[in-house]
Amino acid sequence: MKQEEKKISRGYDNELRMEFDAVSCNESFARMAVSAFIAPLNPTMEEMADVKTAVSEAVTNAIIHGYGNVQGYIPGHMQCPREISVGKVRMYCRIEGDVLAVEIEDDGQGIDNVEQALEPLFTTKPELERSGMGFAFMEAFMDDLQILSAPGRGCKIVMEKKLGSMPWLEEDE
Amino acid sequence: MEADFQVIDNYLMVKMPAEIDHHQSGAISRKADSFLLRDSIQGIVFDFEDTKFMDSSGVGIIMGRYKKISCLGGRIFAIHADRQIRRILYISGLSKIVEIME
Ligand SMILES: Nc1ncnc2c1ncn2[C@@H]1O[C@H](COP(=O)(O)OP(=O)(O)OP(=O)(O)O)[C@@H](O)[C@H]1O
Ligand SMILES: [Mg+2]
Repeated sequence: MKQEEKKISRGYDNELRMEFDAVSCNESFARMAVSAFIAPLNPTMEEMADVKTAVSEAVTNAIIHGYGNVQGYIPGHMQCPREISVGKVRMYCRIEGDVLAVEIEDDGQGIDNVEQALEPLFTTKPELERSGMGFAFMEAFMDDLQILSAPGRGCKIVMEKKLGSMPWLEEDE
Repeated sequence: MEADFQVIDNYLMVKMPAEIDHHQSGAISRKADSFLLRDSIQGIVFDFEDTKFMDSSGVGIIMGRYKKISCLGGRIFAIHADRQIRRILYISGLSKIVEIME
């Protein structure tokens, strides 16, 4: 069955595109979406955790730094402000063979100095107890990380990871 | 699921929730600090038994509490941390200031 489908060559095996409000309750939603999307590739538990963490970091950055929505937010909750910056975060996932590509994009304030932002422990929001580890985790848990950003021009994170260890490799562990 | 707080023998026990991300981290930090102010806390024990996910927001919680209690000689412990949480603690360097126990 899979073989037949592959004959329709479109350059990828599966694709997901979504857009959601830049509010904190959508961080877990983005993680769940990406886990469900990669589940058919039979990723190991560790790979699953890696991808979820990397996506969580990128989405949280878009919400906190891109749009400045720093507070926890639950829709319809009395204590949550109705007036928040209404930015959108876009997530795009693609499976090609056994490789997952994920892009997380916002139209927020962008990054002044990408090289500096990448340094572990560097944060522009220490007062919010951000630890400056987000990019370090994305780098550690994914095979490839690219950051496309400029001040006032939003931010796009492009990550890749090979998934699904071979069965005989798993037995070795 | 929310975090649960208990003080036993001057140690603040924090039972961490199933998922620790930015959505919840502010509330956990604030609640923990209210105990630090009230009681003479010698140490904080973060219990990850129920925790299935943690990102850098969890690192922020622990680092922030460490800054508050270390100057008074307080210590920080992590118990029941699974493999992924341990990796996060090691990569972030937190393993140097947090005593990771079984
Ligand atoms: N989407 C974004 N838009 C604007 N600035 C960003 C964005 N993502 C990251 N940054 C900048 O890069 C810095 C480093 O990001 P990183 O995720 O490594 O650390 P952090 O978010 O500050 O802390 P942590 O992720 O540990 O909570 C941020 O402090 C912020 O200044
Ligand atoms: Mg971050």
